[in-house]
Amino acid sequence: MSAHAGGYSANPRIRWIEWLPFVVAIAAFFALPEYLSLGARILIYILYALSLDLILGYAGIITLGHSAYFGLGAYVAGILGARLGVSDPLVQLVAAAAAGGLLGIATGAIILRTRALTLLMLTLAITSVCLEIANKATPVTGGADGLSGVVVAPILGLFRFDLFGKTAFLYCLVALLIGWFAVRRLIYSPFGASLTGLRENPLRMHAIGAPVYWRLVLVYTISTTLAGAAGALITQTNQFVGLNVLGFESGGELLVMLVLGGVGRLYGAFVGPLAYLVAQDFLAKQFPEYWYLGIGAMLIVVVMFARGGILGIVDAAVRRLRRRA
Amino acid sequence: MSAALETQALCKSFGALTVADRIDFRLEAGARHALIGPNGAGKTTFVNMLTGALAPSSGRILLGGEDVTRVRQAARVKRGLGRTFQINQLFRRLPVLDNVALGVAERLGVARRMWKPASAHAEVRDESLALLASLGLAADADQRVLDLPYGKQRLVEIAIALGLKPAVLLLDEPAAGVPSLESHRILEVLDRLPADISILIIEHDMDLVFRFARRITVLVQGEVLVEGTPEEIARDRRVHQVYLGEQRHA
Repeated sequence: MSAHAGGYSANPRIRWIEWLPFVVAIAAFFALPEYLSLGARILIYILYALSLDLILGYAGIITLGHSAYFGLGAYVAGILGARLGVSDPLVQLVAAAAAGGLLGIATGAIILRTRALTLLMLTLAITSVCLEIANKATPVTGGADGLSGVVVAPILGLFRFDLFGKTAFLYCLVALLIGWFAVRRLIYSPFGASLTGLRENPLRMHAIGAPVYWRLVLVYTISTTLAGAAGALITQTNQFVGLNVLGFESGGELLVMLVLGGVGRLYGAFVGPLAYLVAQDFLAKQFPEYWYLGIGAMLIVVVMFARGGILGIVDAAVRRLRRRA
Repeated sequence: MSAALETQALCKSFGALTVADRIDFRLEAGARHALIGPNGAGKTTFVNMLTGALAPSSGRILLGGEDVTRVRQAARVKRGLGRTFQINQLFRRLPVLDNVALGVAERLGVARRMWKPASAHAEVRDESLALLASLGLAADADQRVLDLPYGKQRLVEIAIALGLKPAVLLLDEPAAGVPSLESHRILEVLDRLPADISILIIEHDMDLVFRFARRITVLVQGEVLVEGTPEEIARDRRVHQVYLGEQRHA
């Protein structure tokens, strides 16, 4: 069973298979040392996709603009490290998460009064505005050239970010482990159950006395905090920030990853970025001009034949095998 | 003594269209009161104003003697106003247990807790399961709502509202769409509701209204035409003209 719905009849115990992603990550760390930078990128996008799944898959908040918070986190960490001389990675991380949360509560308080298409357009507008600010504020952000020379000190003064990306990979893995545990805890809590209620029927949530709006703002803020933290990680592992962390393309790409993996099932956020980024890496090497075609084909197959994403396909296959057995 | 629920000169108009015209209404404590009227009489608008889903143009709404006209919907629920919907408003892809537990958790104030698993909140689970058992739904607790037959879904609709332990319960056509063979189950449940809940039922099924209600208000074109006991309403000439005359009485 790979769909994690939470709720009052769900068993919250962590099953052995849920450790699989972390086991695979550690195995990859030793077996594929030349792919550690891709690996770190995947881990970061998993954390980022988890933050999206929390609001989209569980609370039913549809957005194309989650990159606003990811990008803000990336720039906060970058500006601290390149311009303000704050090089401690954990300080950068916390500052980026806080910035994501603050922008989340400020924008969420406005846009979460709307729903569906209006909401979608507003999320797009927010990330587009952020992109334009980053583009124009060249003295601070480096504009279209990006922000390079981000200084990141050793973690806790002990672990230097090395050339091979070993430290970065393990650092991202620990961050993901903490983020995953917190999100999982949240999903299985009464708060998480009420999020699925909001997704299924906001009208009824009003009628049972739930503070619908505040609860949406709260989960949105939690999600954007996580997205901000993921943004800091991408800056710290690349020691560079480019405009591509912001805007519609970045937000849309994340949505594609999550849909590919499976929405509202927790581990779709693990499978989606893995499949997407590995395919991107492979296709971009083989077909530098047409690699988007492959991603597009993957997405069409999933949307046409497997609404539950890759994990939905796995679920259906497991069910069929069990029936036959 | 103040009424459980009261409206004073309640009005609602959309532009030139008046759908509620100076409605004075009292729901006494422990009442079994029915609101009837032909289609378009403004029954649903009236209910939506009572719950706070719709703001009245003018007039006052009192819940337990307190003015709640400007109080938001969720806060009215906290003050003891529960409702069911004419068209099911359920959490369709969630288990029956969760449908009820979500409301119970809101009432007990645990719904915003973020760490301890929901299923470890025994007080919510136990109360929800007991409520489902009392409605004959114990065996369906783990089923998804959308997998239930329609009659049982209507019971879940009522169960969610009862989980809020309302002082005042608004039942919007509880038997709507239920095959007549199963509607007796709904009536049984309604008959066994705690006597201290004040109930307003909006219903088209006249058999159900006359069996259940001890007072009836007839609403026509946004106005109260007449109010009285079932016997008085059955005898009233005007009611026959505008309402019963229009429907062929079975």
